[in-house]
Amino acid sequence: MVTMTKPASLMQQMQHRALPVLVIALFILIAWYLGAIWMNAAGAIERVLPSDAPWTWQQLVAATMEMQRPVLPAPHQVALDFWSSLVDWPIDSPRNLLFHVAVTAESTLWGFVLGTLLGLVLAVLIVHSRTLDRALLPWIVASQTVPVLAIAPIVLVILGSLGFSGVAPKAVIAMYLCFFPVTVAMVQGLRSPQKIETEMLHTYAASRWQALWLLRLPASLPFLFPALRVGIAAGLVGAMVAELPTGAVAGLGARLLTGSYYGNTVQIWSALVMSALLGLALTMAVAGVEKLVLSRRGGQA
Amino acid sequence: MKAPLLKTPLFALLFALVSLGAASLLFMHPAAQGTLPEGSTPGALFWAGTLLMAVLATQSVRLLAALDGSRWLGVATAALFGIWIVYFWQLLVVAFEVPRVLLPPPSLILQSIAQHSDILWGDFVQTVLKAVLVGWAVGSGLGFAVAVAIDRQPFLQRGLLPLASLTSTVPLVAVAPIAVMWFGFEWQSKAAVVVLMTFFPMMVSTLAGLKASGKLERELMVSYAASYTRTLLALRLPSAMPFIFGALKINATLALIGAIVAEFFGSPTSGLGFRISTEASRMNMPLVWSAIVVAAVTGSLAYAALVQFERRVAFWHPSVRGV
Repeated sequence: MVTMTKPASLMQQMQHRALPVLVIALFILIAWYLGAIWMNAAGAIERVLPSDAPWTWQQLVAATMEMQRPVLPAPHQVALDFWSSLVDWPIDSPRNLLFHVAVTAESTLWGFVLGTLLGLVLAVLIVHSRTLDRALLPWIVASQTVPVLAIAPIVLVILGSLGFSGVAPKAVIAMYLCFFPVTVAMVQGLRSPQKIETEMLHTYAASRWQALWLLRLPASLPFLFPALRVGIAAGLVGAMVAELPTGAVAGLGARLLTGSYYGNTVQIWSALVMSALLGLALTMAVAGVEKLVLSRRGGQA
Repeated sequence: MKAPLLKTPLFALLFALVSLGAASLLFMHPAAQGTLPEGSTPGALFWAGTLLMAVLATQSVRLLAALDGSRWLGVATAALFGIWIVYFWQLLVVAFEVPRVLLPPPSLILQSIAQHSDILWGDFVQTVLKAVLVGWAVGSGLGFAVAVAIDRQPFLQRGLLPLASLTSTVPLVAVAPIAVMWFGFEWQSKAAVVVLMTFFPMMVSTLAGLKASGKLERELMVSYAASYTRTLLALRLPSAMPFIFGALKINATLALIGAIVAEFFGSPTSGLGFRISTEASRMNMPLVWSAIVVAAVTGSLAYAALVQFERRVAFWHPSVRGV
């Protein structure tokens, strides 16, 4: 069957892709407002509205939108708090969310870089050593089924008693969370070249290093980048969890925790939005590098 | 051609067993028992023994790893490597008198598991049997149900799938403080976090799985004039099984992580995550390690159980038959 395929115009593409997402987003926004009215109503009746005089439902709705400590803050409240935290305070003030983002992003990125390097080195070793492949790799694969994030408090205690504080413990936790997926994917990727390709390099009398550099590493890139996206998201969670124990004052995790201590719901929500944005930005940065690298190699990007 | 004696599985296994037997002899040395008199250091004999064991360990693992053959040889190699790691962990931690805060020896962790088995059982019930199991079942069930429901709604799919893939980049577990405010300190708030974390992977996988049936098979169903429901039940859901089980397996790990980390944010006085964070702040590291061992064993057993279940359900699928 032959069909005429005209290149879809930009307008059509927008309609095809963006419209459904926008509709869903709008739906979520409306549901959020309705939820805010519904969940805050009890508190509003009790605390905000006059108890002796009658009130109308318009007053009730208005009150649920402007609560001091709402059960569910209305979207515009979160947006306002988010915006004012960015604009009204200097960048080095702990009331500015960007300050916390910088703290969390720093340890995430350190952990990501170190974890990726460690994963790469270990994957190269595993691919070249049968002993490591048979003895160590099964443990690394099995560790994917184990909640390794649970040992974060131990890492904090160990590094704390060795005198490390600040970025180092958080980066270590982010590092080991990044390391597992990168290792597993890289072992797969380094093994992905076809037999015919490895044999051709053999006929060229290429050394192991040349085979690694010219064939295995380039072939592993499509495997590496998805793992990096997984890794950086896991590293962000690790860095935030590392900020939870009492004493941490900076970072998105600490911000979430202080918000929940003082029942400051709007603060929790704006920290949540910020951590979602940070996760998004980090993943998009990795995806951007991926696109750049793979397109330069003329790949499928 | 017959393999030389040194390259047979029997010899490798025997060598491993003999090495492990010899290794256990080293525990009779006072340095390995931690009973050296104050101020004295382990003697040259002990270090010579340790060095010998290191050589034996490397050789026995290498011998076993060099063999090709059944799957069990691979398992045996990994197991032997694990045993040696635990052995040297025990030996060196005791000999160097590493502070317990840094790293307790495995024997102490085992002892702590036995000693606090009732506490750990309570934590297990609280975290795994309540929060994880309920959250995992509800989250995966909802994800599956929504995927099947929007199977015939391409508009909704195009709207939901981008949002669902965004959630994989977002630290969802950070909603834990909000869940605690809404659902209280008990396990329900942890289950809510787990529901949120497991919903999207299941939805995405199921949608992908429902598209996985071959064109040939779908056209066969059309030629039978099979209804939508009939095609769904007889063809599309069965061929989606590997995807669904993939999501169930990922979700099992995610659920465990979600419940444990959510307990870091605030919890009643039991639960694996609560145990880990409070005992870590009290420097009672053997108990922390015990809770982690419980979590790790739970995670691996859940995964193994799901793999077995998949073999039963999708026994016909090429990925299960090993074709």
